[in-house]
Amino acid sequence: MNWIVKNLWLIPALPMFAAGIGALLKQRSRVPAACLAIGSMVLSFLLSLVAFAHVLGNRANGIESFNFGWFQFGNEWLKLGWMLDPLTAVMLLMVSFVGLLIFVYSVGYMHDDENFTRFFCFLALFAGAMLGVVIANSLLLLFMCWEIVGLTSYLLIGFWYAKPEAAAAAKKAFIVTRIGDLGFLLGMVWLYAQSHTLLFYDAGAGALESASLTHLAARTTVLGLSLASAIGILIFCGAAGKSGQVPLHVWLPDAMEGPTPVSALIHAATMVAAGVFLIARIYPLMAATVSLTPTVALQVVTWVGAITAVFAALIAVGQYDIKRILAYSTVSQLGYMMMGLGVGGVAVGMFHLITHAFFKALLFLGAGSVIHGCSGEQDIRRMGGLRKYMPITFLVYAVGMLALCGFPLFFSGFWSKDAILHAARDWNISQAPFYMGAFGALLTAFYMTRQVYYVFAGNSRLAASSHDDPQLAAHFEDPAHHVAAHPHESPAIMTVPLMILAAFAMLLGLIGTPAWPWFQSFLDRQQPILSFAAFSAPGIIPVMLSSSTIVILGLILGWYFYGRKPIATAESPDPLGKLQPQIFSILGHAFYVDAFYGATLIRLNTIWSRVCDWFDRFVWNGAVQTISYLFLGVAWIDSSFDTYVVNPSFDGGCASVSRGGRILSLFQGGRIQSYLRMIGLALVALVIFLLWGAKR
Amino acid sequence: MLAWTIYISFLGAAAMFLLPKGSVALARILALLTAVAGFALALTAFVQHRSGEMLTVTRVPWIPSLGIEYHLAADGISLALILLTGIVAVTGILFSWDIDHRTKEFFAFYLVLIGAVYGVFLSYDLFLLFVFYEIVIIPKYFLIAIWGSTRREYGAMKLVLYSFVGSAMVLVGLIAAYVVSGSQSMSLGDLAGYPFSPHFQMFAFPLVFVGFGILAGLWPFHTWAPTGHVAAPTAASMLLAGVVMKLGAYGCLRVAMTLFPLGLVTPWNHHVLGLGSWRGVFALLAVVGIIYGALVALVQKDFKFVIGYSSVSHMGFILLGLMTLNQIGLSGAIVQMFSHGILAGLLFAVVGRMVYARTHTRELAALGPMSLNHVIPFAAVAFVIAGMASMGLPGFSGFVAELMILVGAWHAFPLLAVCVGIGIVIGVVYVWRAMQKAFFAESRNEPASPEHPLPPISLPERLGAIILIGASVLVGVYPQLLLNIIVPALNSPLFDGLRKGSWQ
Repeated sequence: MNWIVKNLWLIPALPMFAAGIGALLKQRSRVPAACLAIGSMVLSFLLSLVAFAHVLGNRANGIESFNFGWFQFGNEWLKLGWMLDPLTAVMLLMVSFVGLLIFVYSVGYMHDDENFTRFFCFLALFAGAMLGVVIANSLLLLFMCWEIVGLTSYLLIGFWYAKPEAAAAAKKAFIVTRIGDLGFLLGMVWLYAQSHTLLFYDAGAGALESASLTHLAARTTVLGLSLASAIGILIFCGAAGKSGQVPLHVWLPDAMEGPTPVSALIHAATMVAAGVFLIARIYPLMAATVSLTPTVALQVVTWVGAITAVFAALIAVGQYDIKRILAYSTVSQLGYMMMGLGVGGVAVGMFHLITHAFFKALLFLGAGSVIHGCSGEQDIRRMGGLRKYMPITFLVYAVGMLALCGFPLFFSGFWSKDAILHAARDWNISQAPFYMGAFGALLTAFYMTRQVYYVFAGNSRLAASSHDDPQLAAHFEDPAHHVAAHPHESPAIMTVPLMILAAFAMLLGLIGTPAWPWFQSFLDRQQPILSFAAFSAPGIIPVMLSSSTIVILGLILGWYFYGRKPIATAESPDPLGKLQPQIFSILGHAFYVDAFYGATLIRLNTIWSRVCDWFDRFVWNGAVQTISYLFLGVAWIDSSFDTYVVNPSFDGGCASVSRGGRILSLFQGGRIQSYLRMIGLALVALVIFLLWGAKR
Repeated sequence: MLAWTIYISFLGAAAMFLLPKGSVALARILALLTAVAGFALALTAFVQHRSGEMLTVTRVPWIPSLGIEYHLAADGISLALILLTGIVAVTGILFSWDIDHRTKEFFAFYLVLIGAVYGVFLSYDLFLLFVFYEIVIIPKYFLIAIWGSTRREYGAMKLVLYSFVGSAMVLVGLIAAYVVSGSQSMSLGDLAGYPFSPHFQMFAFPLVFVGFGILAGLWPFHTWAPTGHVAAPTAASMLLAGVVMKLGAYGCLRVAMTLFPLGLVTPWNHHVLGLGSWRGVFALLAVVGIIYGALVALVQKDFKFVIGYSSVSHMGFILLGLMTLNQIGLSGAIVQMFSHGILAGLLFAVVGRMVYARTHTRELAALGPMSLNHVIPFAAVAFVIAGMASMGLPGFSGFVAELMILVGAWHAFPLLAVCVGIGIVIGVVYVWRAMQKAFFAESRNEPASPEHPLPPISLPERLGAIILIGASVLVGVYPQLLLNIIVPALNSPLFDGLRKGSWQ
């Protein structure tokens, strides 16, 4: 077995180890903590490169895996393991590279934070667990790393836990994703019960290999679903929770309370994409069918993805917080990825995942740079005119924005989104996802234009005392940041990672064009073929043209509403909001999903707990009390019996005994005379008795 | 050697009374040494006895006319629990380092309790087991009634009455088995080998199972547990939740299920509410306990009550694991016994010793404004870790145990397995709520008045917490450590009856 396959575990283990050491460091040792985390990431990145090169060099190898027994029950062993295939290799490279850039960026961004050491410890733990998700060859190992990822996500969202919103957001994130994970857990248990293994690939005996899949696809269960689909849908619940799909998306926008590098790394590039990755990983299970139509599981994935894409894009139009706009945009893009998986397979969905990871990380870090430059301001209404103050940030942000919109030809987002739309058009179930996707693309271009005009165009609307947050205020207490009214460009340690990401956001599209589908053929283990003739295949050019038109239309609409007349003051209403205040308000409140959950599920749960508590307090405790009163009653009767029957007779008995004793004691007075008198009397009595006897 | 775990604890208790008056420090050290010696013996046996099969420790006639013997033996299941007892005993003493009211008596009762617990786990003769089982109750009462808090007399009395009702049921069942079998022996192996008629078993099984189940927090006989835990001093809560509740679960498996396997699975001829046998009934009760305990924990205002009810919920997992009647579910139940013993101990230690002993309040609302995560960060970290472990985060023992039970339950009762999943989610929520309210509910005003600073977390407390966390992680990462000896024990002839019944 190849060295890199055998030692693949080192890739996640190194950052985890760094996190372990980091946890033992003192708060003061900032430099060692950062060096440790970044150093471990560099090593992981290098190892990922080796792994990637290995896969690239051995296209015909099939899936290489390393399995070991974890624990035993009866005669069965539960095995864990890791694996190396193109999917793993691509994800490893992306996660370790984006992670590395964001680690470096964080050194600048978190520079003034008192918990700098702890931050890097959590980041490294996160990176380790995320890499663990990627290499896992066992659904169980994947789940375990998945949970640790969720935990670190919680810890990092709540990093500024002194902010009540951050603490609440952290709790919400953990609990909402746990609800999704419940489905994942049940799906996993079910899969185990059916195929007796949780390994994906195990030399023919794995759960994703043909023997097991045939069995799972052939059997039907509840609602006429095949077993494979039913288990797939349960696991998809977990993916939907992690990847913020409707209706479990509510935690992701709130998660923006965390530090911005965290939003970029965890809530844009990697963790939220883990759900998409999970579906790509178990794609053989999702797609296992005996008939030719797509499975129910894939249809569910497609519809949920399409709905999420449009739903979140609509909400993004009505938001004012720079990070929340990006967050809803992430939700929407994750919807696209899910849809891509559903309609077009692994390569389509994964390509958008990879391009999105780069440009969305870029946008978040850019937003972080903006926030940093504006001393913690996040409301786009109070920004404006930043193009003058932060030219580098503006440029890279514009690149990210165009990539996200899918601006034709030069930006990666165009190619990856195009692939999804193209696949959606060819989907043989329904055309609706295609139109939904196209509408979502229009909205995406529109809300991003809106955001860029708000933030960078016009004049600065930044107020001097813009934020009232003590923690953040403390965070920016450094005198250098006190020139709040004059935004400033960020230091090089922050801008250089931005520029690298921007380069990737543009160039990455080149590896997945229809003419040279290198990425797709890499995942499918084929030789890529360069042929411009592919453009003339039916449907390619029309879809490209229509999606370009849509994007440009969106940009023009954005300009029409927000670019024509510069926004004058922070208080002036949104131009779109003026047009349709009711609809805009609904969008601004994110369709009231949170309020809906608060009014239904959470209240129901609270009531139910109260009922149980009441039950325990009054019914069971009451029953116990009743029984105890019953016993007390019996005891009282007993005690009365004792008092009035047993005791008097006992006392009476005692009294008569002692009375008798007192009489007898008269004879035992201790006086010689009375004794002699007694003896005399006795003698007389004896004599009389004898005499009487003799006379007879 | 293993028998000395019992003797050494009793000897340590006796030696307490030889100490000079008022020698508090000496008493602590003596207690710690005794507990460590017991733990060392348990660990040695655990390491040496790798096969997990039944191993006789001591066997001498005791009451020959009745066929009762003083017969101690250990297999993998008892060894795992003896090791647990050792760990909890040592850490319990570390967490009662601050006891200075009648210290000698406290540790004497404590050691008697430990010795009797070892005795129950080691007994092979059922009469002997019953004797030790009764001895356990007495020190429990005094520990709570003398050193306890909140309504301690009430809690102590409730606990004792429940325990006695349970043991009375057990005694009736055991005597019935003895008489019916007519075998002139109270040995577990002999009685388990006797083919009791199914009809008899169907009456005897629930009697003995419920009798032990009361101590295992079987819903709806659980109400002693929260009040008892809350009233008890820290070390006693740790022992109660950590070990004594396991006695009940152990009894359910070791006595009720091995003696009367048919009583468990024989279907009644009619269905009551869709339930056809005792197995279904107890599985349902276990799941109700899981969800019910979690829900009640969710609305408690008293920090310790949250943990108390969480114990009810976690014990439900054990009982459910027993009812699955398959290898993975049963192994999971035993791992969960170990895991819950460790984690409940840790949770009670944090709440009772680290927080309550310093703040003198357990009201979550009152703890919030103290910003405890700044004042005693170690306690906050320990609680976060313990909470994560107890909600079943991978890497900790709870995850492995719950996963195994869930897989087992999926085979046996798919619908109940789904309900258990809901219980797990609620478990996350209540831990979260307690954590947030007690440690992270920061107030804007100045924390903790400076004239009364809370004493920092002491060395014994840190040590105790680290031992418990370490044990949980060890089992969580390498569960084979326990399973190596549990699995052969479950395959031993003792469980033949169960296996023939409906082992899957």
